Amino acid sequence: MSSMPRLMQGNEACVEGAIAAGMRFYAGYPITPSTEIAELAAEKLPKVGGKFIQMEDEIASMGAVIGASLAGLKAMTATSGPGFSLKQENIGFACLTEVPCVIVNVQRGGPSTGQPTLPAQGDVMQARWGTHGDHPIIVLSPSYVREVFDLTVRAFNLSEKYRVPCILLMDEVVGHLREKVQLPDPSSLKIINRKKPDLSKISNYNPYQDYDGDGIPPMVNFGEGVPYHVTGLIHDITGFPSTKPEVTEYLITRLMRKIYNNIDDIVEYEKHFTEDAETVIVSFGSPARSAIRAVKILRSEGENVGLIRLKTIWPFPRKAFRELPLTVKNIIVAEMNFGQLIETVEAACEGKFNIVGLNKYNGELMSPDEVVAKVREVSKNA
Amino acid sequence: MEERIEIRLSGSGGQGLILAGIILAEAAILDGKNAVQSQSYGPEARGGASRAEVVISSREIDYPKVTRPQILLALTDEAFHKFKDNMAEDGIIILDSSIKKVDTSNKIIQLPIIETARKDIGKSMVANIVAVGVITELTKVVSRQAAEKAILNRVPKGTEDLNIRAFYAGCSLVENLS
Amino acid sequence: MRKNLEKYYRIDKLPHIWCPGCGNGIITGALVRAIDNLKLDKDKICIVSGIGCSSRAPGYLNFNTLHTTHGRALAFATGIKLARPELKVIVLTGDGDCAAIGGNHFIHACRRNIDITTIVFNNSIYGMTSGQYSPLTPVGAYATTAPYGNIDRNFDLCKLAEAAGATYVARGTVYHVPQLIKYIEKALLHKGFSVVETISTCPTYFGRKNKLGSPVKMMEMLRDNTVSAKAAERMSKEELASKIVIGEFAEINAPEYTEEYMKIIKRAQREE
Repeated sequence: MSSMPRLMQGNEACVEGAIAAGMRFYAGYPITPSTEIAELAAEKLPKVGGKFIQMEDEIASMGAVIGASLAGLKAMTATSGPGFSLKQENIGFACLTEVPCVIVNVQRGGPSTGQPTLPAQGDVMQARWGTHGDHPIIVLSPSYVREVFDLTVRAFNLSEKYRVPCILLMDEVVGHLREKVQLPDPSSLKIINRKKPDLSKISNYNPYQDYDGDGIPPMVNFGEGVPYHVTGLIHDITGFPSTKPEVTEYLITRLMRKIYNNIDDIVEYEKHFTEDAETVIVSFGSPARSAIRAVKILRSEGENVGLIRLKTIWPFPRKAFRELPLTVKNIIVAEMNFGQLIETVEAACEGKFNIVGLNKYNGELMSPDEVVAKVREVSKNA
Repeated sequence: MEERIEIRLSGSGGQGLILAGIILAEAAILDGKNAVQSQSYGPEARGGASRAEVVISSREIDYPKVTRPQILLALTDEAFHKFKDNMAEDGIIILDSSIKKVDTSNKIIQLPIIETARKDIGKSMVANIVAVGVITELTKVVSRQAAEKAILNRVPKGTEDLNIRAFYAGCSLVENLS
Repeated sequence: MRKNLEKYYRIDKLPHIWCPGCGNGIITGALVRAIDNLKLDKDKICIVSGIGCSSRAPGYLNFNTLHTTHGRALAFATGIKLARPELKVIVLTGDGDCAAIGGNHFIHACRRNIDITTIVFNNSIYGMTSGQYSPLTPVGAYATTAPYGNIDRNFDLCKLAEAAGATYVARGTVYHVPQLIKYIEKALLHKGFSVVETISTCPTYFGRKNKLGSPVKMMEMLRDNTVSAKAAERMSKEELASKIVIGEFAEINAPEYTEEYMKIIKRAQREE
């Protein structure tokens, strides 16, 4: 049975979703505006037999999460801008060693200490390329409190399925917003757990061997009787360091392909009124709600405006732009930053449309009126 | 377009405005409507400017923030001056009696909210609940029953009576107006 | 190597990367002997390291092994131990890894008293990056980044560990191997956070930079320059200035972190 509708904060929905997805370990460090996630995890995890620890810093939190996941527990940490920067090295470790984990970033204004209590979407590129080196990553971005729940579950599922860190890129608006939510019946949720090897058929388990040909090695947890080595050095299928060019190239290629070969499974977006649109707004997170309202206002006035609302940001849903009808002339990328995702949208559109940014970076969520005005300006100039 | 009511509760940190916002939003949900509640705050836990915002609608709520409220509650002079000009045309301003009234084009209802909490109930802390009573009775955005239930769900154990008395004291302030 | 110890090693990963005369193999050997003496369940042991010469040791050891990021071994180890308290978690770290970049994690692991054994390979220098000074390099010593002598005052790591709350603290050397094995055994049996600082030799960098002579000479220095904690009690500050004090400095019973957390779980579930 689904629960009674109730008022729930975005950060609370994140913890509810995580526990429903099977999270049994949380390590974190307090930081506005994500702190409620840590507080609720501290309260709720022991009730389900899970573990919470407040570490000495953000770096340690990320390390503890990876350790716990290797030991077999689904693990999460949550942070915001400065803490997200600090976690990056260990996020890269999880990418290379293929340890499932979820990192929540409730975005606030930056750079540096920035504006702790105000919303922004300035970490779009850091979420993709924050850690050094070529690496795969999955980044999801919710717009609604209920969607925070759904995408947290999905973040765990994708992370477990593909053995990759998954980032839930929230913003202060959706993190702190309280909204009427009806949670689904936990038994109705599809929960994915990491793939394990059939050790009765494998005599000499190699932790990084692609046994199934899908690029995702089956995983044994530490303490399950098959000792193996995990290193942040480039390694061969046995898990041990290698500097051989062919081993290096194979590993990086497999890491990237296990994500990009499954892009249709990973990518999620919504299209609203795009079928006859002349102008299409692209947005994600909280500004997408301003955009939806703007589209409703403009449609009621007969304007042919549509919206693509991205739920997956990375890997980037290029497909959404290939599908656009011939009526489309203009794309407006509405984001709470100086212009980050717009460059990827431009690359995905291959010069087919007039692409314009609607950028808000003053600590406020853009208003529907601002979106409406931008659409009118762009349609007039086109 | 759709029926959408925007409420802004303003004052200083520690006055319990966020709790008041949560209670109004939860009451609206109990009435079968949609509601969202958001807030804006500074680094101070006490003092400083604070505001809580509630949007109530019978439809889905897309844009979650308040831009031009139909209802503004101001418990401090600073809050009143900050927000008085961003109102819906037909919006009403509920002002605590401690605030010096100035001209606005909006209708102003001035009531001794803080004084009622302090003198009649004996705790200035419950001014927020008095305000919930005022808003409920004056605007009918939520039903009395729902507001009462929402208050009981949210206030600390042992303070239920106190808070319900505060709520009805707020309702009475409005009843005595007419 | 004794035949019966081979099962603890990944023989196919040898020879190791360490230089001739390096003390790291001796510490690794002492750990293996301690594990063998205690008849610990091999599959329930998890060895975690950071970055540096010392941190390559887990790669040669046939357990669940995790070679993490620089300085962070204790953070990863804390996650493993809290997630699966039934695992015996051992951290192998160096003086730079543990006391510089990992210093914060070290003092907080001590403070929590989480049941992890940390063995610090202290060779007084960053070997992997070829000879920079660490927080445990003595004042006045030379390093590639201290070409005019080191003015950074060094930590006494055992005092630091003890002050931060570690409940078993000992210091040994790669010369005094039977004693080192005994300390590691006691650390492994100890319930709580245990630290065994081991003074090691780096003839290639520390030895060469400081003109300490051959590996044998460096070993002889460890023999001649150490005093027991007991003897040190009767010596003046001046007499101790150039000495290395070895022995056990703390052995305390205190609530262990994962056991305390299990009580939290019981309490939370009772209140549910």
